[in-house]
Amino acid sequence: MIVETNTAILLTMLIPAGAMVTNLVFRNRPDLRDGLTLAAAVATFITVLTILSNVGNGTTEPLVMFEVFPGLDLAFNVEPLGLLFAIVASGLWIITHLYGIGYMRGNNEDNHPRFFASFSLAISAVMGIAFASNMFTLFIFYEILTLSTYPLVAHKGTPEAIRGARTYLGILLGTSIGLQLLAVIWTYSITGTLDFTKGGILEGHIAGPAVAVLLALYAFGIGKAALMPFHRWLPAAMVAPTPVSALLHAVAVVKAGVFTMLKVGIYIFGIDFLAESGASEWLMWLAAYSIIAASVVAMTKDNLKARLAYSTISQLSYITLGMALATSMGALGGGMHIAMHAMGKITLFMAAGSIYVATHKTNISQMNGLGKIMPITYGAFFIGALSIIGLPPLGGSWSKWLLIVGAADTQQWVMIGVLMASSLLNVAYLLPIIGRGFFSPLPEGSPTKISESPLLVWLPPAITAFGTIVLFFYAGTLQEFLSPIVSGN
Amino acid sequence: MGFELTQEYIFGHLNYWLFSVLMMTGLYIVVAKGNLVKKIVGLNIFQTSVFMLYISMGKVTGGTAPIFPLDMQIDPDVIYSNPLPHVLILTAIVVGIATTALGLALIVRIQEEFNTIEEDDILKIERAITQAENAIHGESMGGPA
Amino acid sequence: MSVESTHVAMTLNDHLPILQVLVPLATAPLIVLIGSRRLTWSLAFIASALSFVIAILLLMQVIDGSVISYQIGGWAPPLGIEYRVDATNAFVLFLVTGISTLVLPYARESVKSEIPARHHTLFYAAFMLCLTGLLGVAITGDAFNVFVFLEISSLATYVLIAQGSYRDKRALTAAYDYLIMGTIGATFFVIGLGMLYMATGTLNMADLADRIADQGANRTVRAAFAFIVVGMGLKIAIYPLHLWLPRAYTFAPSAVTVFLAATATKVAIYVLLRFTFSIFQPAFMFEVNTLEFIILPFAILAMFAASFIAIFQSDFKRMLAYSSIAQIGYMLLGISLLTDTGLTAAIAHLFNHGITKATLFMGVGILVLRSGGSFYNRIQGMGKTMPWTSAAIVIGGLSLIGVPGTAGFISKWVLVEATIEKGWWPISILIVLSSLLAVIYVWRVIEVLYLKAPLAGTNYKEAPLTMLIPMWILALACIYFGFATDVTLTASRAAAQGLLAGSAGMM
Repeated sequence: MIVETNTAILLTMLIPAGAMVTNLVFRNRPDLRDGLTLAAAVATFITVLTILSNVGNGTTEPLVMFEVFPGLDLAFNVEPLGLLFAIVASGLWIITHLYGIGYMRGNNEDNHPRFFASFSLAISAVMGIAFASNMFTLFIFYEILTLSTYPLVAHKGTPEAIRGARTYLGILLGTSIGLQLLAVIWTYSITGTLDFTKGGILEGHIAGPAVAVLLALYAFGIGKAALMPFHRWLPAAMVAPTPVSALLHAVAVVKAGVFTMLKVGIYIFGIDFLAESGASEWLMWLAAYSIIAASVVAMTKDNLKARLAYSTISQLSYITLGMALATSMGALGGGMHIAMHAMGKITLFMAAGSIYVATHKTNISQMNGLGKIMPITYGAFFIGALSIIGLPPLGGSWSKWLLIVGAADTQQWVMIGVLMASSLLNVAYLLPIIGRGFFSPLPEGSPTKISESPLLVWLPPAITAFGTIVLFFYAGTLQEFLSPIVSGN
Repeated sequence: MGFELTQEYIFGHLNYWLFSVLMMTGLYIVVAKGNLVKKIVGLNIFQTSVFMLYISMGKVTGGTAPIFPLDMQIDPDVIYSNPLPHVLILTAIVVGIATTALGLALIVRIQEEFNTIEEDDILKIERAITQAENAIHGESMGGPA
Repeated sequence: MSVESTHVAMTLNDHLPILQVLVPLATAPLIVLIGSRRLTWSLAFIASALSFVIAILLLMQVIDGSVISYQIGGWAPPLGIEYRVDATNAFVLFLVTGISTLVLPYARESVKSEIPARHHTLFYAAFMLCLTGLLGVAITGDAFNVFVFLEISSLATYVLIAQGSYRDKRALTAAYDYLIMGTIGATFFVIGLGMLYMATGTLNMADLADRIADQGANRTVRAAFAFIVVGMGLKIAIYPLHLWLPRAYTFAPSAVTVFLAATATKVAIYVLLRFTFSIFQPAFMFEVNTLEFIILPFAILAMFAASFIAIFQSDFKRMLAYSSIAQIGYMLLGISLLTDTGLTAAIAHLFNHGITKATLFMGVGILVLRSGGSFYNRIQGMGKTMPWTSAAIVIGGLSLIGVPGTAGFISKWVLVEATIEKGWWPISILIVLSSLLAVIYVWRVIEVLYLKAPLAGTNYKEAPLTMLIPMWILALACIYFGFATDVTLTASRAAAQGLLAGSAGMM
């Protein structure tokens, strides 16, 4: 035990917050600034790993900072789902930071200090979400995450970026204040607590159609989960520089959304209560609709990042679906998909950014033959795409498998069909990009020899692509790690 | 309602009737007159009505001035009227004078700056300023600034 | 020696309630008599700081729900004038003196740039009088005394607002309009008092409460209630009676706007609370009806109408003025719920909104100091040139929206909780919807500050420290009170319970 667990929890938030400060203080010394942030990223990851070695997949007692309302504390604790989220986010932060340095410098973007400062603050908020021990604390950090990512979306300052940022903020703040806050206060006023408790806290306090209404307030209020029809912010956020899209809008922010969704399903409602009351039935169908509809929309998008954004919306609904199935297997599959999809999607985004840095092309129709001159980028993209589709031997196959098992458990045969159909749609919108890259001829006048983007831009996607393969072989460990969240109520 | 009762209703509450009439007159002047000085006059009438309300309130039927004899041989049969409302209203009168003075001072300054003390003209000038501002700074809603 | 010093300390302690008012009151003529421009600011600041210390001492004594009664000149109430300090008004005293102590250092630079030097002594004297009036209104236990102090503060306020005429001559008409409206309001109030006196024969608040409780409602008491609510409504700027507020706030000198926005309307709300709950019985049917069918709809109307108007402003300061009207709606909404939680929300919001708006108006004042105006296209891009000022504005703006982690969130949470408790679902939804309007108008400012290019040829320096420090103290207070709610919620809850106990709470 290198650091005490509770101290470590605080450190995971304080180190990124410190990185924010150093970014602002040393705003005129780029190398020092970026070096310190990298150190902070590594330190955060190590701290999270320390918590892992201390606690394993156990659950700790809440660390209460102070009481805000009677019975409502700002408090943190460790539990498997949150720890998994923290590991994913902090681990990928290191890679994304390296990538971000390469991307921002390679692209000559402005306002680096503000960019990296907001980025660090966002990570700090993500850690707060991951370790929140009650819904109140989670909500606070959820909003901090929204606000800290706003400058990143608006980063370029162009009218288009400002418009995108408005949509982003409008939907995320609108749903969270307009719906989620109501749901949280409602929960608090009927139960008197918001602590995440195994088996949920609502049972016995609410019944009938009100359960479905409350679930709806949560499901739509967690706008970050991009459940249709509150998904528009995600494509809008694609105006942000690619590192932001990669880490935040493929991993941290959207995963914060579905993570909250899972937390609410497992610890506020309780899987059994959801199953008994049948309140999540409609949510299941809506998630299924989101999965299919977003995939179909993705096929129509020519802009690579927009296509990936819609793919993300579709994949996020897998996790919502896992929760809405209201079975242990579904919830586990949802939890696992957080990690699997994160690894796969960040690969795709970083590869997309790599193409942009090297060629300044954003539309798929312009990307003919690029695979020949950028083999590593395209190779990574290929592996990431296969993981998203859910083919072995890549990580994505396992979580999808668990979701299908979960659907089978409850005899939801239609859902199995949806998951299968979605895989086919994934093939249809991801693989043509690869095909075009490798098999179409290069346009005339372009370089013929290998011309990859800078090292710091192509290396990170290669690493995460490798990561998806590794995850395939450690999926069993992961499943075992997560199992306490659905057992032993 | 019989005649007696009506009489009682009108004359028994005479001070309240006068108070109401005076109060409404004052308020009407404040609202209806465009001249800033006249508004202050209206305000004064309005306040005076309240003074009357208070002063008449202290009257006790058959009561005399609330002054004890010098030798302090107080006759328990003598009825005194209530002095407290009179004292209170003294304060209110002072406040009223201060308000009038301040209002007039403001009117002097307004005359210096706007060259008029007619509300309509002032509004016209202010509207012109607002329009000039809007031309530079973009439209704003919420009436003339 | 030690015996004697404890003796002195005790008597001083006993006299704290009167000193609370006396310190600024005595300072005002002192400033004029000394007449030295160099000393005037220091005198005002010392007096304000002293009052702040006194307010803290008082708050510490009553936060447990006890009451201090101070008889002026030793005349026993109900004949003599009594000062009463309980959790409710100690909290208000704390807010008012705290804000004034922060505003004064800020005012030094701001006043220098906005008001000619020859008026400085009188400006600070008027400021002290305004402070005296507000403190007196809050602390006194005598109904007529409320009127007197109210007029002291109002007259001083008209003068202070008119000082804005050196920048924009419309300040004069704004002050004149406020004078007319304010005087009508105060006169209505005094009519109400007269009727109360007719009905009960007393003016001491506790005594009034007792007698009204004994005799129950009658037509005179009802009429008195109506006059008092309308009179105070004008001072509070309850929605249809708000017309003076935007102009007064927009054209007043920056420091004055900060002070008024954070304190004056709040004190008026305190008076409304005191009268509706402590003096009249909250159980009276007519009172419940007034709150539910008149105040509540107007509060909701204010939340939306004023917010909409705020969205379409092109001037930052004016936008904030309209947002104030909307925020007053929240407080009135909390009051009209007539529950423990609702009142707690109203009182907590009174405080939280006070510090939030003070932060924002200070920010505007600084922008005005550098750019000469608060129109959006004059202050655009200043987030880059004045990072500290703009960052504090962002914090204040977030608190205004009620983002978690800020003071504004706490009171909004309690307010929503109160409506849910009462089962008034549609109102909970309206509250969050109007918060979303706040998102829009606050975000317009943030976009203007950060995402637009600075005006060509301008390169503003960051504000002087004397202005930055008070603003940042308030900005940090917005965050601090967003987490540590011991002070705000405990005091608000104690106050709410005291008020809801009706006349029993005056015992």
